[in-house]
Amino acid sequence: MDTIAEIPKEEYVLKCTSACAGCSDSLALRYVLKAAGPDTVLVVPACCTSVIQGIYPNTAFNIPVYNIAFGAAAACASGMSNAFRATGKKTNVIVYAGDGGTLDIGIQAMSGAFERGTDFLYICYDNEAYGNTGMQRSGGTPMGARTTTTPTGKIDAKKDIDAIIAAHNPPYMATAAAAYPQDLFKKVQKALTFRGPSFIHVLAPCPPGWRFSTEKTVEMGKLAVKSGMWILYEREFGKISINPQSKAAMKRPIPLEEYLAPQGRFKGIDAKTLETLKQHLAKNIKKLSDEEAEE
Amino acid sequence: MKKIATGNKAVAEAVKQVQPVVIAAYPITPQTEIVEQIAEFVSTGELKSRYIPVESEHSAMAACIGASITGVRTFTATSSHGLLYMHEMTNWAAGARLPIVMANVNRSIGPGWNIWAEHTDAMQERDTGWLQVYVSTVQEAYDTTLMAFRIAEHNDVLLPVMVNLDGFSLSHIMQPLDTVETGDFIPPMYLPHAIDPKNPAGYGGLTGPDQHFKFRWDIERSMRDSVRVIEETEKEFATRFGRKYGFTEDYQCDDADVVVVSMGTLGKEAEVAVDLLRKEGVRAGSMRLRWFRPFPKLSLKGKEVVVIDRDYSFGFGGVLAKSIQAQQKADVFSVIAGLGGQEVTYEDIADFIRKRRIGEEFWFGVNDHV
Repeated sequence: MDTIAEIPKEEYVLKCTSACAGCSDSLALRYVLKAAGPDTVLVVPACCTSVIQGIYPNTAFNIPVYNIAFGAAAACASGMSNAFRATGKKTNVIVYAGDGGTLDIGIQAMSGAFERGTDFLYICYDNEAYGNTGMQRSGGTPMGARTTTTPTGKIDAKKDIDAIIAAHNPPYMATAAAAYPQDLFKKVQKALTFRGPSFIHVLAPCPPGWRFSTEKTVEMGKLAVKSGMWILYEREFGKISINPQSKAAMKRPIPLEEYLAPQGRFKGIDAKTLETLKQHLAKNIKKLSDEEAEE
Repeated sequence: MKKIATGNKAVAEAVKQVQPVVIAAYPITPQTEIVEQIAEFVSTGELKSRYIPVESEHSAMAACIGASITGVRTFTATSSHGLLYMHEMTNWAAGARLPIVMANVNRSIGPGWNIWAEHTDAMQERDTGWLQVYVSTVQEAYDTTLMAFRIAEHNDVLLPVMVNLDGFSLSHIMQPLDTVETGDFIPPMYLPHAIDPKNPAGYGGLTGPDQHFKFRWDIERSMRDSVRVIEETEKEFATRFGRKYGFTEDYQCDDADVVVVSMGTLGKEAEVAVDLLRKEGVRAGSMRLRWFRPFPKLSLKGKEVVVIDRDYSFGFGGVLAKSIQAQQKADVFSVIAGLGGQEVTYEDIADFIRKRRIGEEFWFGVNDHV
């Protein structure tokens, strides 16, 4: 698919969600569901998505949504997928979870579900903090970012969940960003063609959490990719292929400061932390480029 | 068909007959034999279930929830720390109105590590919205597990059911087992709120202060309705298969001056104690509570009551004793005995009855004045 016009017109995220202005969680979800189609159940642990679907008896999602406790999404989906397959149903089971529910409290259930070869798609939309509860730090928060529980900036580095998932050898995994909806759409469609577990890690910039103005959501996602802080790729049976957008950015990344400066959460970041972030970034670019070159 | 089986094997045998579509479980002593036997049945094809060997009990219950909401029959088994680890999800299962059946092999809680019988594990689940039944023999474990599916899945109930059997003193002992042909005794499961992509709905989302209490009340309404469903199910079971059960198993209670109330295997010891006392001219009786949730109306009027708790609520008392005291509006002699597998013989129980001091609490093996 080359143009946005080829994306189905059906909407599964209806108007009047209770998402914040400029929310990339709902933006990404809109394309995820367009790609998945109506024979889909979304399993949602505690996260922003549990809130934006609306308040009972209303729901803004035109698809079955099963809400489940914070650490339980992958396990719940595991039972659901097995039940559907046992009764001859092909219904897509998609977990849509935040970084807290994936990198932190949900990691055990997720690891188990991947190890058991569960036939499902796990999507982590990553806004790099506990957004729903007011931006506390998570394992996904990058070093130097200020959150409500790291008021002077996070000391530890962002957890490399993609490496952890890759170690489970799923048939398909990818990174994506809400700022690149066509790419996300294609990756979701592709992921759903595989039997077994697949994983998509979606960067989801959050205006109130990252402290940038609401009209800049897409721009922030693009800056993340252009700076090399977020690398778009997919991994099919272990074999990596990096998106053209990221390949170009990895060769000539824009200065990291251009990505960090518009974000209030990095305001006042010290030189040493900035330098460490740049080193991590360069190391990651090299790691992924080398891996692709080796293949 | 007559055979010899352990309590654990009897549970697995019943599960095999009702053929859950999904079974998700995590091993823990002394429940292990149930999951091993189930895995064996699945491998031989006797059981057509999908067996999900999850990585924790929290995930076991979450997987049962995910499966059950699609409208299929589910089962799991656990014990002790496993039950506590899934506590968040046991609440979810009841709140989501899912008729999951679980065998819980009652075992104490650490520290220190102790793998023997105690009811404290299940007692900590008593306010979750699960129906709870406690069994005392291998045959009863089998019969009750069968009935549990029918009761849970009854559309006037749609609440999960926990079948409790004492660790080792029932889970690992061999007794005769008479299996039955269930026929249509357990109808196919129908879940009215099952997920259907053709009719999309949101489940368990945000529910405001103007709505939440309605769902809580609905659990209680069904819990009350379950009394009738339990009675009907046990009655039909007796008609079809000849074995009679009730909310309690009463032994020599009618003319008794003093009744000892207990749960699980101690209830069988208590019956022997009653025989012993009757020979001494003491008009004693035994009431073994089977169903703890819903809590039945007990007929104890005009009798002195001795309650044996294999559990304790610190700072309050024996859970069963306090429940009976509150319901009967009368004092009881509360005995705390059998914790962590502490040996309690029928002689000991006879002694509790002989030396009862109504209104007092007695910890067996701690106070020495009995």
